[in-house]
Amino acid sequence: MFLRNSGLGHALAAPESWHLNAVPRYSSASLECSMEAIATSETLALRGVARPDSAIAVDGLVKRYGDIVAVNDISFTVARGSFTALLGGNGAGKTTTIAILLGLIRPTAGRITILGEDFAQHAKTLLARMNFQSPYADLPRRLTVRQNLTIYARLYAVRNVAEQIASLARELDLGMLLDRPFGELSAGQRTRAGLAKAFINRPELVLLDEPTASLDPDTADWVRGFLARYARDAKATFFIASHNMLEVERLCDQVLMMREGRIVDAGGPKELLARYGRTTLEDVFLDVARHGAHERGEAVILP
Amino acid sequence: MTFIDSGTPRRIGAFLLRHWYLIAGSWPRFLDLCYWPIVQMILWGFIQTFLMRQSTFFAQAGGILLGAVMLWDVLFRGQIGLAISFFEEVYSRNLGHLLATPLRIGEYMAALMCVSLMRTAVGLFPATLLAIWFFGFSLYSLGVALIAFFFSLIAFGWSIGLFVAGLVLRYGLGAESFAWAVIFALAPLCGVYYPTSILPVWVQALSALLPASYIFNGMRAVLIDHVVRIDYLLVAAGLNFVWLAAGASAFLIFHAQARDRGMLLQLGE
Repeated sequence: MFLRNSGLGHALAAPESWHLNAVPRYSSASLECSMEAIATSETLALRGVARPDSAIAVDGLVKRYGDIVAVNDISFTVARGSFTALLGGNGAGKTTTIAILLGLIRPTAGRITILGEDFAQHAKTLLARMNFQSPYADLPRRLTVRQNLTIYARLYAVRNVAEQIASLARELDLGMLLDRPFGELSAGQRTRAGLAKAFINRPELVLLDEPTASLDPDTADWVRGFLARYARDAKATFFIASHNMLEVERLCDQVLMMREGRIVDAGGPKELLARYGRTTLEDVFLDVARHGAHERGEAVILP
Repeated sequence: MTFIDSGTPRRIGAFLLRHWYLIAGSWPRFLDLCYWPIVQMILWGFIQTFLMRQSTFFAQAGGILLGAVMLWDVLFRGQIGLAISFFEEVYSRNLGHLLATPLRIGEYMAALMCVSLMRTAVGLFPATLLAIWFFGFSLYSLGVALIAFFFSLIAFGWSIGLFVAGLVLRYGLGAESFAWAVIFALAPLCGVYYPTSILPVWVQALSALLPASYIFNGMRAVLIDHVVRIDYLLVAAGLNFVWLAAGASAFLIFHAQARDRGMLLQLGE
């Protein structure tokens, strides 16, 4: 995975101000880890140019809403068959990035290549090979799970619709829920039904926004197992936004850290842990989030 | 980029199936589709029966009010059927899912029209049968012209429905009330129950821009003079082309603006 973004560039261009501002607020250990992390990230500052083996290549992506910059000139590539996480606090730009990759939001600038094809030119052809799940989208509540899956199977040109639904029902333990209206399901059951919709067309690229947020730990763990099996068996690429750091550590081979619309760091989970001198991704996340707060001049209380 | 391909009928069919499941799976919804056309038909049927006993004109022009009310329902149901089918996706927060499938926006508009056609047919058919039974008036006595009247009115309804759906896409559910209000603002101009020649001259100029005006005048020509006014049908067809193009363009523009503002994934109750 490669990335480039102006946010990181800005930080690197003004290390003095980072250092001076950081001293009174952060412990020296924390600061050293963070500055080291940023310096190492410079080696990743490459353009998001599409390569034959990339599932997603994003180059210079910008999304502005008037004066608000939701996504600020980000570039990255995601290799085919990889499991990439997009981490960041609320409002970091994760959901906007995913929605742009689905064609639901028009970017202000930038180029997106998916599965080797230009997304702007071939969006509908590419969407047939992709799928997604998001907490911002539901399925029709008065239709049963089976009816919903049938409709989406037809929209995605799935052959052997009944077999595909039966197979997903087995894999996601939906057998008893298939003929119940979607609106009568619990939050966790809806998430599983939503996941079934996300896999109805056996996608090559899956975009998931908080896939296990509403699940109990046991079901969440079980769903992660399903995702890992699917990734392995279908050689699919996953791009997920998550706040669950354990999930990211378990599933993902690459992590993009977003803050205020920019990608501020990237790497494998172990690489990031080593770079920040932390033992968990949650601590890395907090480091990144608090540097953002520091830059804004807000008070930060470190543990 | 292509507008249609071999998968177009399947994708439109999937959307039709989604709404068929909704209607067929709920008898209150099915009843709701039929209820108002039947109530309207019965009300206007009795008014017409009364007027036929009081007036030679109405005695000779049998069915003029019943025909008008049922054709008005074609226009109204066509418009509201399209708008409601769109709102269903917004209410259920399904729009993001739908628009991130291979379904093209043109196919989505065509699918909304098909659903509207299905809802209008399901809602009106029982009323037309009951009109024969209760009042001895068959809408089908309009003959082949009925087909032209039906499609001309429903097409005009679609153009308004697309505009209203686009408004909601762009401005959210706050604009939903337009779906119910807009068509009634046009009713006085269309001359549903009276010839448009009785309107003030400047209002007639507005009325002349509406395809429905020609259809209701044409219906009266069939029922009173027993003449099919081809000229009315042709003008209505031409105007419908312009209105549909305007409605579809408005929907596309509002869709593009909603996509620009990141509303497609957020829109919902």
